Amino acid sequence: MNRAIILFLGVLATFISALFGINLIPKLQIDTVRPEGTLLPYGYSELAARGRKIYIREGCLYCHTQQVRPKQDGSDIPRGLGMRQTAVDDYVHDNPIVLGTSRTGPDLMNIGIRQPSDEWHLLHLYNPRIVSQGSVMPSFPWLFKEQVTAADTGVPLKIPDKFMPKNKRPIIPTDEALALVEYLKSLKRDYKVKGVP
Amino acid sequence: MQASEPNIASKLDVSARWPCVAFLVSGIFWLLIGSAFAFISSYKLHSPEFLGSIPWLTFGRVRTAHLNSVIYGFSSMAGIGTLLWLVTRLSRAPLQGVGGLLISAILWNLGVTVGIYLILTGRMQGLEWLEFPPPIWIIFGIAFLFVVWSSLRTFRLRASQYTYVSQWYLFGATLWFPPLYMIANLPIYSGVPQAAMNWWYAHNVLGIWFTPIGLAAAYYFIPKIIGRPIYSYYLSLLGFWSLALFYNWNGSHHLVGGPIPAWLMTASITASVMMAIPVTTVAINHHMTTKGHFHMLRVSPTLRFVVFGAMSYTAVSLQGSTQALRSVARITHFTQHTIAHSHMGMYAFFAMTLFGTIYYILPRVTMVPWPSARAIRWHFWLTGIGIAIYVISLTTGGFIQGFALDNPKKPFIESVTALIPYFWMRTVAAVLMTLGHIIFAVSIYRVLRHFVTTYPSIKGKSA
Repeated sequence: MNRAIILFLGVLATFISALFGINLIPKLQIDTVRPEGTLLPYGYSELAARGRKIYIREGCLYCHTQQVRPKQDGSDIPRGLGMRQTAVDDYVHDNPIVLGTSRTGPDLMNIGIRQPSDEWHLLHLYNPRIVSQGSVMPSFPWLFKEQVTAADTGVPLKIPDKFMPKNKRPIIPTDEALALVEYLKSLKRDYKVKGVP
Repeated sequence: MQASEPNIASKLDVSARWPCVAFLVSGIFWLLIGSAFAFISSYKLHSPEFLGSIPWLTFGRVRTAHLNSVIYGFSSMAGIGTLLWLVTRLSRAPLQGVGGLLISAILWNLGVTVGIYLILTGRMQGLEWLEFPPPIWIIFGIAFLFVVWSSLRTFRLRASQYTYVSQWYLFGATLWFPPLYMIANLPIYSGVPQAAMNWWYAHNVLGIWFTPIGLAAAYYFIPKIIGRPIYSYYLSLLGFWSLALFYNWNGSHHLVGGPIPAWLMTASITASVMMAIPVTTVAINHHMTTKGHFHMLRVSPTLRFVVFGAMSYTAVSLQGSTQALRSVARITHFTQHTIAHSHMGMYAFFAMTLFGTIYYILPRVTMVPWPSARAIRWHFWLTGIGIAIYVISLTTGGFIQGFALDNPKKPFIESVTALIPYFWMRTVAAVLMTLGHIIFAVSIYRVLRHFVTTYPSIKGKSA
């Protein structure tokens, strides 16, 4: 090949074709979707929005997906990950979107329905092995603190002896732990979306 | 070129000396950092309490620090070093804009350092492969402009109007990467289009940034070391243009089963399957060139690493074409199978190819020979066996995990406990590969030490 101009135009054309094909045209198409008024009882509370930032900060999205696949692509629905597949509408408010690509841990799109208990979530974040034997999820002790003085208000976790810190001081959640739990509990796709079975 | 025109070749190498040393050595530094993060992440997956109370080393952050240090630190910097040297040699013109390239290397290192710091302290962006916050991308943008400017100016000064296949790939890589990441960092995306953009970007970093550099190196070194021309000009032409056309469109196969329009999934799956064309074309071309000369693998470490890389490229790409199919993705999607696949591409193909090119380039630009042939052999076998254990264990583990996940009667935790032995095997692989990297780094250190002491004397001779 001896014409740099052909090389240049070809390199440009192939790049632009895919830029439009799998990036900009899908964006134009999907951006026209607007959730229909009452259809979406969705949008994070301030606390949950703060929790979502912690979800990203700790890298939860690298082991947990937030998407339910249709029946032909996996047994997500038979497994009870959701009553329907997730759709474009479910993510309209998400920035950044945290769909996830790995299920080292379970999908969380409907964790708010499957596990509504604050206490369970707090124990699980403090040390996942308290409530889920065999789990390889990290513990997040920095989202909790020891109750030392009267100023440390909060409900101490009911931690089994085996998992208590050596000094046996009561453990209470920080605001960050409460925010993250609020976010996890807000993950519910329990409404219908038009056109999605 | 070397036998007939040793002076030209060595003058070219001298012109590329400082940028090549700066980028290649920085790359190896980030390889060591990335290996440490890799080991910690791997160990945590079977022993989650390991370093469990240190927030900045929690799995989600340290794994991301690993990815970004090997992608933007090691692979990009060693890749740029390779690109600059190949552009210089193939244009048969001295490398242009050397001062700018040195500034570029400094900026690039600064960007990666600050970016990794921000990830470890919990300020990442939440999009895979795009975790560095926007200011880092401005630093990379400026750094990369120097690279574009230098390589295009050197290309313009080329001695012959006729261009070789490696030059097309290098030209492509140079022009594709800047708009790719600039567009990916535009603040215009949210919701599902952001996911489409995310995988368009992430897959293309491999497809139209690293892969062209790796293939350019393979197309250069295989015929060069064997001493015969590439088997077919027309196959290389077909291979290049079909890669440019199809690879660009692959990204959305990461979203199979996700909330994207069905046509988008189909388009990407089709393009992924079509990748069989460029891949088999390149494989045939390289195989026919090497045929009858496989004994050369024993004598040339560069050839050994590069052929290992080229064969892995064929394997990983054909595996990728299969994995994109919905029936296969049903099992493998979301599992460790994907992790095995990505390491086969980024490591067995690209990193191994870079190791081979560094073994060729560094002694030529520093005029210092490698101190130990035994160290090179150890490096090859430790990393080669390491990545083989890595890929085999996680491919198998990924299938087991995938079948467990696909069976709704099995509790989720069984998909985790079944993986533990495979996670341990990965840690063994990580240790082997890291040992290989340390041996490699020691060789490089010895070359540099020798280079620094002899530099005053060679400086006079080469000028």
